[in-house]
Amino acid sequence: MSPMIYFLSGVTLASAVAAMTLRNPVHCALALVVTFTGLAGIYLGLGAQFLGLAQVVVYVGAVAILLLFVLLVTRSGEAGDGDRERDRVAERSWWGWLIALLVGAVLAVGAWSAGQLPQRAAPPELPGVRDIGEALMTDFAMPLQVVGLLLTAAMIGGAIIALREDRMRVAAEREGRR
Amino acid sequence: MTPPIVPHLLLAVALFTVGMAGALSRRNAILILVGIELMLNAANLSFVTFWRFGPKPDPQTGLMFALFSIAVAAAEAAVGLALVISLFRHRRTTSIDAAGTMKG
Amino acid sequence: MFQAIDQIFVNLLRGFLGHLPEPIRPWAGLVISLGAILGTFGLLFGLTTVCERKAIARMQNRLGPNRVGPYGFLQFIADGIKSLTKEDIVPRSADKVVHFIAPLALLVPVVLTYLVLPFGRNMVVLDLDAGLLFYFAAGASTELAVFMAGWSSRNKYSLLGAMRAIAQMLSYELPFILSTIGVVMVTGSLSTVRIVEAQGPGDGWLAHWNVFTPWGFAAFFLFLIAAFAEANRSPFDLPEGESEIVAGYFLEYSGFKFALFFMAEYLGMFSSSALAVTLFLGGWTAPVSFLGFVPSWLWFFLKLGVLMALFIWVRGTTPRLRMDQLMDFAWKFMLPLALFLIPVVVLWDRVGRGWVGWVLCGPIVAAAYVWLGRALVGRRRIQLRTYRYASG
Repeated sequence: MSPMIYFLSGVTLASAVAAMTLRNPVHCALALVVTFTGLAGIYLGLGAQFLGLAQVVVYVGAVAILLLFVLLVTRSGEAGDGDRERDRVAERSWWGWLIALLVGAVLAVGAWSAGQLPQRAAPPELPGVRDIGEALMTDFAMPLQVVGLLLTAAMIGGAIIALREDRMRVAAEREGRR
Repeated sequence: MTPPIVPHLLLAVALFTVGMAGALSRRNAILILVGIELMLNAANLSFVTFWRFGPKPDPQTGLMFALFSIAVAAAEAAVGLALVISLFRHRRTTSIDAAGTMKG
Repeated sequence: MFQAIDQIFVNLLRGFLGHLPEPIRPWAGLVISLGAILGTFGLLFGLTTVCERKAIARMQNRLGPNRVGPYGFLQFIADGIKSLTKEDIVPRSADKVVHFIAPLALLVPVVLTYLVLPFGRNMVVLDLDAGLLFYFAAGASTELAVFMAGWSSRNKYSLLGAMRAIAQMLSYELPFILSTIGVVMVTGSLSTVRIVEAQGPGDGWLAHWNVFTPWGFAAFFLFLIAAFAEANRSPFDLPEGESEIVAGYFLEYSGFKFALFFMAEYLGMFSSSALAVTLFLGGWTAPVSFLGFVPSWLWFFLKLGVLMALFIWVRGTTPRLRMDQLMDFAWKFMLPLALFLIPVVVLWDRVGRGWVGWVLCGPIVAAAYVWLGRALVGRRRIQLRTYRYASG
C-alpha cells in the first residue's frame, strides 16, 4: 500500500504546484481538480471511505465546476489575459513564495516531531456510513444544524452579491430612458 | 522507518505552503481563492491523518471535523466567487489590483 | 438447475480465478469484470443505436437503416469502422492537451459508475458500503469533461454548448440525487446490493419495489427526467442542439474521439437507467415470487431494455425545451417536489406499508404535484402566439 500512497502524494503535490504556477487560469483550475482527486484517493487509503467520496462530490462536482464557470463568465481563460497575468506575477511574486516557505518550514518541523507522538498500534475500527450517519444525528446534531444554516446563508448571500449590480444597472437604465 | 503519520503530515504541510504561496503571489482573484481552497484541503488532510494515526482512540471526531470543513469550504467558495463576479461587473477584470481603490 | 443458470457468470469467474496465483486474484477479478462489462455494454450500445435509428425512423414515417446485415442490424459495425478510419482533426488554435484528454475524462468516470451496479444476484464488482455515493462521485466528474471539450476547442459554438451543458447538468444533478434519498432512508443503507435485496419479495409473493409506493412512484419519474437531462437527450438536448449550435461541446471532434463521446453518452444513459432499475424497479428481483426461476441477470437486462425503449420513445416524440423552461422546470418544479418527498417518506415509514400508507401519502404527493405544476405553468394562459418579425 505504501508505494501507492507515495505515488498519490507525488501526483497531488505536483498538480498543486501546477495549479499555483501555470499561466492560464483554466489550466490552473484543471490542475486543481487533479489535486482534489488525489487527496480523495489518499483519504480512501487512510480508510475514510465516506470522506473520500464526499470530497470528490463536493470539490470536483461542485467547487471546481463553479470555479471554471466563473473563469468562463469573467473571460479569464482567453489568450492575452494570461500574458497580463504573467507580468503581474513576475513583479513581486517571490515575496509570497518566501513567506510561504518560511511558514512551511516551521510547520514541517512540527509535522516531523509528530512522529514522536505515541502511535496507535492497531488501525482503528473504521466507521461505516451508518456509524457516520448516527454520529451526525446524535453527537454532532448541533454542528450539523449550524452548517445547514451557514450553507443557506452562503447561498442567499452569494445570490444577492452576484445579482445586485445587475438589478441596479437595469433599474438605472430604465430611469435613464425615461 | 518513520511512522506513517509523518509523510502524510509532510504532504499536508507542502500543500499548505503551495496554497499560501499561490494565494500571496497571484493577482487573479479566482486563483487566490484556489490557493485558499488548497490550504483548507491541507488542513483537512491533517485532520484525517490525526484521526487515523493519532494516539487518542476517539472514534470519529477527526473525520467529522473534516466533513464539516468540506461543507464550510463549499460555502466559502460560493460566496468568494460571487464576490469575484461582483468585482468583475464593476471593473471588467478579476485582478485584485483593481479592488485596491475605494472609489466605486 | 435454475440456480446454476442464475449463478453461471459468478461461477465462471470464480473458477477461472482459482487457476491464478493468490496475490493477483483481486486485480485479475477486477480486470475481467471490467472487460465483461465493457464488452456487454459495448455490444448493447451498438444494438441500441440501430434500434433507436429504426424506431425513430418509424415514428417519422421513414425506413431507417436497412442495408447492412439482416434488417440493417449490423449497421453499427459499419458505423464503427467508418469512425475508426476517419481522419482525426484537431483545430489549429485548440488547446491540444486538454482537447486530447477530454474524451477520456468523459469515458473513464462513466465506466467507473458500472463498478457499483448489481447486474444480478452476487454480480457486482465492488460492494461498497457507500456504493450510491461512489456512483454520484463518479458521475459528478462528467461535467468537467464536457467543460474541457467545449473550452479547449476554441470555438464559439462549443463554448456555448459547454456552458449550456454545465448549467443544465448542475441544475438537474440536484433532483437526480435528491430523488434517491427516499430510497436510502427506507433501506437504511447506501449500498446498492442492500437496496436491491430490500426490494425482494421476502415472504410474500409480491415484490416490494420502491416504485410501488406513492413517494417512490413520484421519485422514479423525477429520477428518470433528471436522467434524461444528465444524458443530454431530447427533450433536454440544448447543449448539442443541432439546429442552433451545430453539435455543441463536441463540435470540433472527429473520427475516433467523436465515437468516444458518442459511446460515453450512451454508456452514461445505460448506467443511469441501470441505477433507476436498481433503486426503484427492484434491480434483479422478480416482480412476483413464482417467476423467481428466471435468472436474475435476465430480469435486470429486461428492465434495462424497457427503460431504453422509453428513452428512445421520448426522444422520438418530444420537442426541445427552451433554456428558461429548462431552468424553471428543474428549480421550480423538480427540486421542490424532490425535497417535499423526503417528509412523505418519513410518514410512509412510520405508518407502514399497506392501504393506510397509501391513503395518507398518496393524496399528499398528488396535491404537491398539482400545486407545483400549477405554480409552474398556471399563470401563463395559452394564447395565439404573435411573432415580432415574421408576420403573416
